[in-house]
Amino acid sequence: MKAFTYERAQTAAEAAAAAARNENAKFVAGGTNLLDLMKLEIETPAHLIDVNRLALDRVEATPEGGLRIGALVRNTDLAADERVRRDYAVLSRALVAGASPQLRNQATTAGNLLQRTRCPYFYDTNMPCNKRKPGSGCSAIGGFTRHHAILGTSEACIATHPSDMAVAMRALDASVETVRGDGSKRVIPIADFHRLPGNTPHVESALERGELITAVTLPKPVGGRHFYHKVRDRASYAFALVSVAAIVQPDGSGRVALGGVAHKPWRVEAAEPEMPRGSKAVAAGLLANARTTEDNAFKLPLAERTLASLLAEAKA
Amino acid sequence: MSDFNPTRRNFLQAGAATGGFIASGHVLPVGAAGPSQPTASPAAASPQYDVRLRVNGSEHHLILDPRTTLLDALRERLRLTGPKKGCDQGQCGACTVIVNGRRTTSCLTLAVMHDGDEVTTIEGLGTPRNLHPMQAAFVKHDGYQCGFCTCGQICSAVAMLDEVKAGIPSHVTADLTQAPQLTDEEIRERMSGNICRCGAYSNIHEAIVEVAGERR
Repeated sequence: MKAFTYERAQTAAEAAAAAARNENAKFVAGGTNLLDLMKLEIETPAHLIDVNRLALDRVEATPEGGLRIGALVRNTDLAADERVRRDYAVLSRALVAGASPQLRNQATTAGNLLQRTRCPYFYDTNMPCNKRKPGSGCSAIGGFTRHHAILGTSEACIATHPSDMAVAMRALDASVETVRGDGSKRVIPIADFHRLPGNTPHVESALERGELITAVTLPKPVGGRHFYHKVRDRASYAFALVSVAAIVQPDGSGRVALGGVAHKPWRVEAAEPEMPRGSKAVAAGLLANARTTEDNAFKLPLAERTLASLLAEAKA
Repeated sequence: MSDFNPTRRNFLQAGAATGGFIASGHVLPVGAAGPSQPTASPAAASPQYDVRLRVNGSEHHLILDPRTTLLDALRERLRLTGPKKGCDQGQCGACTVIVNGRRTTSCLTLAVMHDGDEVTTIEGLGTPRNLHPMQAAFVKHDGYQCGFCTCGQICSAVAMLDEVKAGIPSHVTADLTQAPQLTDEEIRERMSGNICRCGAYSNIHEAIVEVAGERR
């Protein structure tokens, strides 16, 4: 690990200002992804700003009837929150489908959104990777791509976003609240928060330098039955090959988002009116323009069939 | 016969003591700099930081390079070699300790982030003469072969039972609105963050079932 200096932030605005002043600074909260990457020297911050003591660790009701989830709420606590289990079950389900209990005890809401891809070529510092070293090339293209993206890819990157939580938040129309280095605040819809790789796969979110996530808000509950089906190589503690977050209403209408298939949680609102007609009808729009490789072409039928099993369960 | 008897444990302890001496020789007195203020250290390129930890009921004041993981602080500085460095990536669970009541992979967190925190390692759960019920159950059910993962397994299992008691759901909890039941499936899922390469899982499972049964 490269040497770094360390400070403990007292307020969110102070943390953002400190990060904006120092382009080599990083925030650390749970640290479960950042420290792993620092040990491998994929992340080499010269300064760490510890945000763990900030008062952002509560889940509160909003005046609009939704929930405001503090950036530091641990994944375990969010999954166990009584209101989340009752009204946003897709989010609880997605959270407990991810990582291990130990990691969920440490990992935070904001950190989960900002975790980086598990593309093995991103992790292998001997290999070119446009995300790790912009302009160096993509080793995954033409490499072993069983886990890689099939939607929204570019010539520069075919990595996926690894989060389960973010997929549920996309289905729930969450918003990300931030504070910037100059103290100003803004709200970013989750749909605009994560970026597709394009020519700049190293730019993964809409956040500016120094900008700190303070909360994620959920609109008021939409009812319906909530599902998160995750298909992976092991029964537990593995990243998704494909995951499906869905909310299905009694009349068969609803919404659906996919994980494990793109550089961001994948949702196509225009495909959702097809929900009552079944998975094949939805998949036609949801998976349109997919670009697969020999290794990961299985993800197309897998996504459609996972949605089919989920819709069957919703009817039962 | 030589007096030199390099057992693994003695070797580790000697190394830890030497490391502690070198570091403590170059720091300012406690209180000279505020908490988390760096102090210059000629021995290292990296600044050093004050960290106070309450470990197994005892207060410790350490002066640490901020790169020191909680695991390394426990093993190399406090000589608590129960938590093991298996993968050093948070995947195997051998380093699991209980921080402020919660099981944590100590390899994936920095010691400096835990100033003021309460840490329990296997050494704090029980002693050879007065085993924690989970330790006794692992012995009774032969819940190990090589033993490398055992300290993490036991810390994890103890905290896992508390998580169930607190109503925290898991991936296999059927009804999120009901208190989770400690079924075999729940135990397997909830212990999935602790890998045993010897494959002692069935005996580990039996040990946990026994302790959970006593608690019910």
